Amino acid sequence: MATIVAEPTGIPVMEERHEMSFVRKYVFSTDHKVIGIQFLFLSLFFLFVGGFLAMMMRWQLAWPGRALPFGGLFPEAMAPDGIMLPEFYNSLMTMHGTFMVFFAIMLLLVGVYANYLIPLQIGAPDMAFPRLNMASFWLAVPAGVIALASFAVEGGAAGAGWTSYAPLSATPEMSGVSLGQQMWIVSLVFLGLSSILGSTNYITTVINMRAPGMTWTRLPLTVWALFVTAILALLAMPVLSGALIMLLFDQTIGTHFFLPETGGQPLLWQHLFWFFGHPEVYILILPAMGFASEILSNGSRKPVFGYMAMVGAIVGIAFLGFIVWGHHMFMSGMNPVLGTSFMISTLVIAVPSAIKTFNWMGTMWRGNLHFHTPMLFAIGFVMLFVIGGLSGIYMASTPFDMFIHDTYFIVAHIHYVLFGGALFGIFAAIYYWFPKMFGRMMSERWGKIHFGLTFIFFNLAFFPMHSQGLAGMMRRLYDTSGYTHTADLQGTHVFITIAAFALFASGAIFAVNFFWSLARGPKAPANPWNATTLEWQTPSPPRHGNWEQAPVVYHGPHEYSHPDVTDKDWLAQNERPDVVSPAGH
Amino acid sequence: MNWSLPENIATFGGRIDAVFWVITIVTAIAFVLVEVGIVWFCIKYRQREGHRAFYTHGSKSLEVLWTAVPALAMVALGIYSADVWAYIKYRDAAPAESLHIGVRAKQFEWNIAYAGADEVLGTSDDFTLRNQLHFPAHQPILIWLEAEDVLHSFFIPQLRVKQDAVPGMTIPVWFEATRSGEFQIGCAELCGLGHYRMRARVTIHEPEEYERWLVEQIASHAVASAVPDDTESASEPEPTAHEHTESGM
Amino acid sequence: MEAHAMPYYGGRTPETGLAVYTQKVGMWVFLCSEVMFFTGLIGSYIILRFGASETWPQPGEILNIPVTAINTFILICSSVTMVKAFAASEMGDKRGTRLFTLATAVIGATFLGVQIYEYSELLSHGFGPWSGLYGSTFYTMTGFHGFHVFSGVVCMTWATVKAFRGGYDNGNYQGLEVLGLYWHFVDLVWIILFTIVYLI
Repeated sequence: MATIVAEPTGIPVMEERHEMSFVRKYVFSTDHKVIGIQFLFLSLFFLFVGGFLAMMMRWQLAWPGRALPFGGLFPEAMAPDGIMLPEFYNSLMTMHGTFMVFFAIMLLLVGVYANYLIPLQIGAPDMAFPRLNMASFWLAVPAGVIALASFAVEGGAAGAGWTSYAPLSATPEMSGVSLGQQMWIVSLVFLGLSSILGSTNYITTVINMRAPGMTWTRLPLTVWALFVTAILALLAMPVLSGALIMLLFDQTIGTHFFLPETGGQPLLWQHLFWFFGHPEVYILILPAMGFASEILSNGSRKPVFGYMAMVGAIVGIAFLGFIVWGHHMFMSGMNPVLGTSFMISTLVIAVPSAIKTFNWMGTMWRGNLHFHTPMLFAIGFVMLFVIGGLSGIYMASTPFDMFIHDTYFIVAHIHYVLFGGALFGIFAAIYYWFPKMFGRMMSERWGKIHFGLTFIFFNLAFFPMHSQGLAGMMRRLYDTSGYTHTADLQGTHVFITIAAFALFASGAIFAVNFFWSLARGPKAPANPWNATTLEWQTPSPPRHGNWEQAPVVYHGPHEYSHPDVTDKDWLAQNERPDVVSPAGH
Repeated sequence: MNWSLPENIATFGGRIDAVFWVITIVTAIAFVLVEVGIVWFCIKYRQREGHRAFYTHGSKSLEVLWTAVPALAMVALGIYSADVWAYIKYRDAAPAESLHIGVRAKQFEWNIAYAGADEVLGTSDDFTLRNQLHFPAHQPILIWLEAEDVLHSFFIPQLRVKQDAVPGMTIPVWFEATRSGEFQIGCAELCGLGHYRMRARVTIHEPEEYERWLVEQIASHAVASAVPDDTESASEPEPTAHEHTESGM
Repeated sequence: MEAHAMPYYGGRTPETGLAVYTQKVGMWVFLCSEVMFFTGLIGSYIILRFGASETWPQPGEILNIPVTAINTFILICSSVTMVKAFAASEMGDKRGTRLFTLATAVIGATFLGVQIYEYSELLSHGFGPWSGLYGSTFYTMTGFHGFHVFSGVVCMTWATVKAFRGGYDNGNYQGLEVLGLYWHFVDLVWIILFTIVYLI
């Protein structure tokens, strides 16, 4: 049976209650929850692939020239006799970055949780444009397939780094990669389009689909973060798409945008890439900040400390994200006077980051801390994100960046932000919202073991890279042993590699926990964490259309331990209109 | 093992290392404050029976404090860094009495052009050495950095100097060494499959030793250029452009 | 708890949404993205042109300005008919709706036809995307604009079919209004492109 309700403005809203075919329900679904779960499986797959590529790189770095353990499986063009070739190393390095940034972290944060959480947390039945949402997923799939398939083509996968600096990326004669690089471009154009469609949807949904009473200052911080992230993606992605297409034309139809012989400008690529790339960095961290804020508040049983400052910091970081791209280019040959202004704007980012960090601590202060697995990951997120943020100050300062630019210090920094930051936030989110998504609980005990091992081995793997970088070890080298000033650091590579293997292995605990719980986990109640936001006030998993009765919102998003509520320590956003929550919340 | 910065042999290196230590002090304070604070909160405010969290939505004065303090620290750091940066990197930063040397990077080698007998770079008596950078200590050196094919990056860790080489651009890089010795140029920007082995030998001479070396080189290259058809100059690529041979050391 | 009839779309109360229907908000959001896309292309053009100003051809040296000026006029006409189509639909003028959606689609296609003629003329004179930076930027920018017009014409053709089936009658003007936003945006981009690529 399908009910059609005519809206006052004449937009028909279809509510489908009839049994849908398997394909309509799980493959070409327009339900935001199903699409979110589809993105979850897709991005976890790429998280695994990206990690696997990293393991191969680590092997080569620790034991250069030694045959890979399963090296016989690789074709001659990648690893003859199992010994990795430099061009294969470059492909691994490039595709590790590409998969992790675009297909794992970005899809996990935005594809999964923007899709799954936005309608639920704002009290909407679905996204504004469900079919556009489906298109967004089905553009991301071919993007990933094309990127994966590029390993199999002549010349191998793209090898110019995930940043693909021209002219190396634009001239196959110099990189030795032609089709692989073009597939990389096409893949990212698809993904960019997917992201733009998704963002359009998220923004529209948040603007126009909030439940009655869900004012801007009652939005959960997760929604705020995802909303601002969507704006970043909406404005940054098209610039990347344009640049990618120019790069593709340079390779295929003989244009000269980035080729210097006829006046093209290699630096133009870097400007365009980083104009996208720096907002992209915040696309990769802001949602995790949102998750952390919400989960810390839940675990501490306290409202978020300084809600308005947190929102302001998100908006501030996003705004600054568009005017700092040049800090990736201090050494690029860009006029050093510009470098000075980019340095100042970059250092200013430390301010909203500091506000967030101290407000997270403020949230924990005098709380009643419940250390469930999501809470542990959220605390881990804050502890590690701080390290990544502080190491950023070293490279924001132009004179010292002159030394550490393109060294392992940068590698350490990006991994503290993207793994210690974003991925810890993602793990927190997966453990936290798993019961809602699948109606079953994940194992707390194995979750905590996973957290402990990940936290330890992450630090063992990445902290020593700061030291390598300070010693002057350059990144993206197939074999670092040829340089005299870092020749005695080969042992640190071995140490890091072993820690990285252990880190990868501890991911297996997560995978087993995830899939075991999916099938065998205990049934989840509607609200296992005693949380306040709307998604917990509907069954786990929510029905198609999300609500039996549309929620009406009376309270701020994180009302824990409200003094007027004595029977429990939380107050759902849609209950008890008689209780007044202060400060405009 | 060297866990931190390598030996500094640049006159301005001390200023760069000072920036490092200033940042390290600032970040160490923030690091300890946050990490110790979190661990302390985790212990102190762990869940207890009958305990209820303190209900608050924040504190204006605290928030203003931890907005203002980092802001001031960052602005101060920015001004301090900008000064050092301008001294080292601005296009006109090189001292006037610098010795000019041309460096042209290509896959996967560094071609170093020296002024010949006329002591002027860019004239016909220049001579070029592959992967051999020689210069005197105690004198400012001005490198004119170019790239032939793709991006490269000129990096001498002990001199604290790094600059990308960009095809189509000529970028000035200056430094002054405080001692003689043997070092390496590394390529710090991914430039292709031979990126990891694109390095060159750096020989810093004492001034008088450098003079002797230069005279020798000029003499040997004068003999070479007497042979017809050999008009070697900095701007002309050597025919070995894309040979993937092990270069340097 | 107040009971609301399910299903509903939020955003009807002043405190939680704009007084604008969702499709229109969506199109505005999408157009922001499009603005950034063309900003990237135009910004690149400006940077590349300033970097090679001495070798840049004079206006009219390669491109045929009169033909393109006429084509610009054609495209502006299509914006007029687009407005008319929307207005007719809003006022319940069924005949007008059909006539003007059809006219918009046809005029848009005419613009594309002239652009194809222009390309073929230029290519027959040996001026292609490989012809230096000028060729690279010219074909990329006008090509992407043309692709946007093409997408618009496809949508307008679909809208015309819908109009003839009465899809925009009885106050169902929203589809045309949203499509119109896109159409006017593409026209506006063309006026900018025509100015900076052909005239300056």
